[in-house]
Amino acid sequence: MAEETPAPKKERVKKKYPMPEQDPKERIHNFNEVPLGQDAETVIKEAERCLQCKRSEKRKICVDGCPVGIDIPAFIRKVKEGDFEGGIKIIKQYNALPAVCGRVCPYENQCEGYCVVGKLKENQPVGIGRMERFLADWEREKGMAKPELPPRKGKKVAVVGAGPAGLTVASDLAKRGYDVTIFEALHAPGGVLIYGIPEFRLPKAIVWAEVEYIRSLGVKLVFDAVVGKTIKMQEIAQEFDAIFVGTGAGLPKWMNIPGENLNGILSANEFLTRTNLMKSYMFPEFDTPNRIGMRVATIGGGNVAMDCARTALRLGAEESWIIYRRSDAELPARREEVHHAKEEGVKFQLLTAPVKYTGDETGYVKKMECCKMRLGEPDASGRCRPIVCEGENFVLDVDIVNIAIGQSPNPIVPQTTPELKTTRWGTIVVDEWQRTSMKGVFAAGDIATGDATVILAMGGGKKAAEGIDRYLSQNEPWPAKEVFDKISSH
Amino acid sequence: MYKVVEKRDLAPGIHLLEIEAPMIAQRAKAGQFIMLMIDDKGERIPLTMADWNPKKGTVTIIALEAGKTTMKLGTVKKGDELRSIVGPLGIETHTQDLGTVACVGGGIGIALMYPTVRAMKQAGNKVLSIMGARTKDLLILEKEITEYSDEVHICTDDGSKGHHGFVSDILKKMLDEKRPIDVVYAVGPIIMMKVIADLTRSYGVKTIVSLNPIMVDGTGMCGSCRVNIDGKTKFGCVDGPDFDGHKVDFQLLIARNKRYLAEEKTAVEKFKKEVA
Repeated sequence: MAEETPAPKKERVKKKYPMPEQDPKERIHNFNEVPLGQDAETVIKEAERCLQCKRSEKRKICVDGCPVGIDIPAFIRKVKEGDFEGGIKIIKQYNALPAVCGRVCPYENQCEGYCVVGKLKENQPVGIGRMERFLADWEREKGMAKPELPPRKGKKVAVVGAGPAGLTVASDLAKRGYDVTIFEALHAPGGVLIYGIPEFRLPKAIVWAEVEYIRSLGVKLVFDAVVGKTIKMQEIAQEFDAIFVGTGAGLPKWMNIPGENLNGILSANEFLTRTNLMKSYMFPEFDTPNRIGMRVATIGGGNVAMDCARTALRLGAEESWIIYRRSDAELPARREEVHHAKEEGVKFQLLTAPVKYTGDETGYVKKMECCKMRLGEPDASGRCRPIVCEGENFVLDVDIVNIAIGQSPNPIVPQTTPELKTTRWGTIVVDEWQRTSMKGVFAAGDIATGDATVILAMGGGKKAAEGIDRYLSQNEPWPAKEVFDKISSH
Repeated sequence: MYKVVEKRDLAPGIHLLEIEAPMIAQRAKAGQFIMLMIDDKGERIPLTMADWNPKKGTVTIIALEAGKTTMKLGTVKKGDELRSIVGPLGIETHTQDLGTVACVGGGIGIALMYPTVRAMKQAGNKVLSIMGARTKDLLILEKEITEYSDEVHICTDDGSKGHHGFVSDILKKMLDEKRPIDVVYAVGPIIMMKVIADLTRSYGVKTIVSLNPIMVDGTGMCGSCRVNIDGKTKFGCVDGPDFDGHKVDFQLLIARNKRYLAEEKTAVEKFKKEVA
């Protein structure tokens, strides 16, 4: 009998397999997606980098970083075996929008941030996000199978808002046998996925396909329905057994500095909605215009700011600046977005804040006076507080300015539903099951947390779906008003 | 999709469309507006409702051809379907316990003034209506407004009907005659509303104007419709469209409404070519 020789130990591949991308010089002239996706062979090799760690009390792994708790080692195992069908099936048990999350999730702080491989010296984490994207794209391109549905429970749930939180709740509850109807204020589904995130980061066809999947679960969508205006929460409550509110953070914040209402100064919401939802980049084939700026400044350092600055280049701007009051290290945007923006030629004017705008005789903005900042001691958020450097103001010539300093919770539902307790920031108060002070009403996503990420909204939506299922299947009393007073005073 | 059940031209370039939108028809109140999108490639534009019928489940809009979308509305036929209608949006006009109200409408503003005249009358106020247009052919809804008014005064820029001059002349005369007017409600071209507000300011008569800034979503998300009221930024869509006329920065509104003139021209030229 021949002696068994151990297979030669394969050398570990330390880096992620590269993601092909559109060349920056080309891509700033189009709205096509920047990362082009990987092929099956590469993705299988990437899966081989995974150590298949076991989760334990002592050791946190990828799954611990996932807001929707996808069994990541399990789906990677399927990928490694070349069983893509099996892989996407596992993901979809947890996540109704994998093609979206595989693109816009901040994996570096979530699954990949926890990846044990990434903690090894000189190693990058396993490319979990790109694997999720691959599987979702693979499934969409071959045609999605109609999911098997459990018997109907005969209970109706209304979802307010067809954004990431609402779509997650709808999908989770439909899969559990509830009849779900989504009420959406706009004329199309997706919320921030369609009005906010640009085509080059998240192609809208992908959003449509994921929404189609959710529809195939039996979810009904009612468009043009502004809850609080077109139909009141109280009316919905009469017709449905439970309501989920996921109306997001749609109210733009302003700096309230002189000249901010000049023409050419837009909220990031307006600039992006014109471009993405209304397709102004195809004007005049599409009717909605968007003034093209040659010198565009975007105020803010988050993902929305990066989206504005990069969109401005694609619309034809000669120069596009990010104006941010802290330094590079504090930029709240994902590093990948910052990297892409820099590659494309976005200029970063850091430690700078606008103080005043002046315009021409037609009321159009022409100049932006800025002050310089330096970093002081860390504030409550743990970030260094920016301090104005007196006497160092300077002026930039601009013709479009986008204000991307954050959004407040959408006020329409709380304003028209006095039963819903809100915090002083305008968010809806929720308990650990995402229950609100109005019986049978749940909330999650930005309307409950303040502006955050797509995946956190989806995580909140998952919890809310759990909560709704529990509420409708167990006979538990609803928490007393005082519970919510107590939560909001914290 | 929203079916057009009635389509008429009230005057050259002024189109009336009655559209199936039952949810909106149930809840509409005077002064509120809808956002309308004709087709997948269309823009979303705000239009104040000229009427609604809860029983029939319809809302009526009257649009004056100004840009591409309103011109295209002119080509819509009975039986066609519109892509999107959202509403009722904005805060309804305050009508309770006002006393004597002078309702002033200019041009297409007359259509928007009609539900307000009706609501003012139904709320028990005395209603003095003043309506003006460039020429008599453009005077719309005279019969309807008369039905709900205690008095109706008409004027035209060219003198073809009623007083030869402006709505402000008639209002000024009333104020000079010391007629008791508790509130003036004005809707029409921005410049008309500004003239009315400037006039009533010197007489100390409270004046409400219905503003028409450019909007995208119409639900408070984008801030395209920012107006300055008493030094504070407000959104026309959710804080208005009615505002205290004495506190409105009309210069800003005029400038902001000219934001897309060049693009509008491009769109109109393209549309004209397509139609021809």
